Amino acid sequence: MTLAGQVHGFLSPTGVEIAFVLVGIATLGAALVTVTTKQLVHAALWLVVALGGLAVEYLLLTAEFIAWVQVLIYVGSVVVLLLFGLMLTKAPIGRSPDADSENRWAALVVALAAAATLVWVVADAFRTTWINLDGTVQGSTKITGETLFSHWVLPFEALSVLLLAALVGAVVLSRRSSSANGRAPR
Amino acid sequence: MHLAYPAVLAALLFSVGVYGVLARRNAILVLMSVELMLNAVNLNLVAFDVWLRDTLHAGQALTLFVIVIAAAEIGIGLAIVLLVYRNRGTSDIDQLTDLAEPAPGQGPAQREDQAEEAEEKAEAAA
Repeated sequence: MTLAGQVHGFLSPTGVEIAFVLVGIATLGAALVTVTTKQLVHAALWLVVALGGLAVEYLLLTAEFIAWVQVLIYVGSVVVLLLFGLMLTKAPIGRSPDADSENRWAALVVALAAAATLVWVVADAFRTTWINLDGTVQGSTKITGETLFSHWVLPFEALSVLLLAALVGAVVLSRRSSSANGRAPR
Repeated sequence: MHLAYPAVLAALLFSVGVYGVLARRNAILVLMSVELMLNAVNLNLVAFDVWLRDTLHAGQALTLFVIVIAAAEIGIGLAIVLLVYRNRGTSDIDQLTDLAEPAPGQGPAQREDQAEEAEEKAEAAA
């Protein structure tokens, strides 16, 4: 792996790397706006940009199937669920000045410390490591399907049971109880 | 591709999610930040799967499982938030302090006042 540093120039990025960094900057910016904006509905819409950018990153890493699953499940259903939740809890449309709590400075310190530590460790550990994207495609739908249904069948089935349990749980939780004045028993 | 790019991007996204979880006040915005953190982990899993050329494709299988578990989590989480909103009239996690120690200057009478206020809000919302 030390020889890799001589093969790959440090300051001569490939096209894939440039695309990855550009999309990564857009993704990170959208994520930052998601956690800082005062408009609650805009936060959900910026989350779409961040998750879509991550789908593009998966495509650049040749994980094609994961990218489409990301688009289908996250952008398609999770964000829609979040928007439904915002509407059902009568979230204010427009700017809400109390979107952040008072301890956001403590949160900022914790997040910056976490970011500095993680980036330092990760950059130091993988300074001389390169991903070879030119070989066989690692994540095409065919390959993912074959491995999922030959090596990972049991976890896959267990997961479907988990999804069913979550579905039933969500229905039970959100059902209005038939007790007096429509309030759920405490 | 340099492995540091996806790893650093995932670390930064995770930190953004940490900030959102700690600083946001609306429960639904906290759930959005949790989604960001889970996605950062997914990016790491995919990048390391491609780097290691795993023949079992454990990284990508695990990514799919994390996505499914995140979908289940968001469903249950939103159901709980809606139930809290219906009972308390607010989805503001700073005000859900039933399990917290009472502050030193705050007597039990004041807490009862707050509880009554919350009940009125809940009735108004129902």
